[in-house]
Amino acid sequence: MGTLSPIAPGLWTDEVEPQLIGGAHKDSGRIVFPMPDGDAANAYDAVLLAREGTLWSWTVQGFEPKAPYTGPKPFAPYGVGYVELPGQVIVETRLTVTSSLKIGMPMRLVIEPFGDRATFAFAPAGDPA
Amino acid sequence: MTDVCIIGAGIHPFGRTEGRSGRDQGVFAVRQALADAGIEWPDIQFAYGGSSSSGAADIIVNDLGLTGIPIVNVSNGCATGGSSLASAYSAIASGEFDIGLAVGFDKHDRGAFNASPADYGLPEWYGETGMMLTTQFFALKLQRYMALNGISRRTLGLVAEKAFENGARCEHAWRRSPVDLDTILNAPMVNDPLTKYMFCSPAEGGVALILASEKKARELGIMPVRLKAAVMRTRPPGSFEVFAPSLDVQRGPSPTVVASKAAFEKAGIGPEDVDVAQLQDTESGAEIMHMSENGFCADGDQEQWFAERRTHITGALPVNTDGGCLACGEPIGASGLRQVYENVVQLRGRGGARQVPGSPKVAYTHVYGAPGVSACTVLTV
Repeated sequence: MGTLSPIAPGLWTDEVEPQLIGGAHKDSGRIVFPMPDGDAANAYDAVLLAREGTLWSWTVQGFEPKAPYTGPKPFAPYGVGYVELPGQVIVETRLTVTSSLKIGMPMRLVIEPFGDRATFAFAPAGDPA
Repeated sequence: MTDVCIIGAGIHPFGRTEGRSGRDQGVFAVRQALADAGIEWPDIQFAYGGSSSSGAADIIVNDLGLTGIPIVNVSNGCATGGSSLASAYSAIASGEFDIGLAVGFDKHDRGAFNASPADYGLPEWYGETGMMLTTQFFALKLQRYMALNGISRRTLGLVAEKAFENGARCEHAWRRSPVDLDTILNAPMVNDPLTKYMFCSPAEGGVALILASEKKARELGIMPVRLKAAVMRTRPPGSFEVFAPSLDVQRGPSPTVVASKAAFEKAGIGPEDVDVAQLQDTESGAEIMHMSENGFCADGDQEQWFAERRTHITGALPVNTDGGCLACGEPIGASGLRQVYENVVQLRGRGGARQVPGSPKVAYTHVYGAPGVSACTVLTV
């Protein structure tokens, strides 16, 4: 996906095996995603997040969202979930599939096209890359 | 501190009213509440109010009269009404005023709400990629809750079935026809596991409540409903809220748990004393989860409660006796006040076809809003 520009800068590392970039709070160590910006960023250190985790919850978006949604036309239902990256943080993410989802299943980070840009998503870890 | 009483309640029917603005629906409700209390607009010393889509609440003075009173416009998402009431409660409990108004009204466009990321301090990509939807949050919270606590899809259907049954008996409800369980379960999926009939819709309506000190209520010769507690709380660490790009691995309780506990403490009673409850049911699962978050049952017990119809009007703890958000729809500014209105009706024994039998004495409300606000009340007679 190196040819497509990311939906926003600073969300993941630009490498063959990309990682999401979170923020670890300097005092509490609490991790958030994405890395905060503006003055809030001063309280956080950037931290690389695990590429694999487990599905914490999921749903399928069955209707086309209103603005500011900019997804592909025509609309097709897509998966949305939270993936727990062990010991780090639980991130909300698009899912690459809409069926056979089960809480606790292993998931893996992928970068996928989103219109003419790229965004992050998680895929079942058993799927071929 | 004085006891705070509700001495007047008014409502504009929820749903869709062509040709009548949100503000007009609010003014309609205020006039009805004034008549109910037997007082006039110039008797009102202050007001708190809110609307999300129909302008600032203080514009009602254009219609009701320029009496110069302070009016604070409240904006707390779906908990706007509850927050208005909590503020009005404090104004009277403090002794500064002895009669005032909490009002809410709204008129929303059709279809799901769409939020702006910037309004919630979130990056634009979060909305662009289709993750910033309230319906998704409800489904995500529920999906996990069901898996961990053994709640079935059928029970989600039973919640909606009850809502439409109750709505059919309630003159201020929007959905006035029962819907059978199969239709609910087999309807198009909106956000798995929730079908179309399991979600409430944005709507229109207005509610007004007149609050007074106990002394004032006595002077007016009104048999009041006592507002024993009206509290609002924001989210604690580790709670799971709408519009959250990430969650802490260390999980914590919801703002509802915190607000509910505070309300019961303040009222000096417990969930076991409650005779009728109105719980935020923006979708079927919310009612189920809020039953336990408000302390009425343990996680997972809801499956049994619904099998035994314990939250139906004739059950041990009737919940959402006017059909709740599912049957009334959700005009944001008015919704939390509708719950309190319904409890006032029930405590006065004026519920007609939906009246809870056995003269209920203690009533409870709970409303939840983005991004993690809950407001609860306890009413007694």
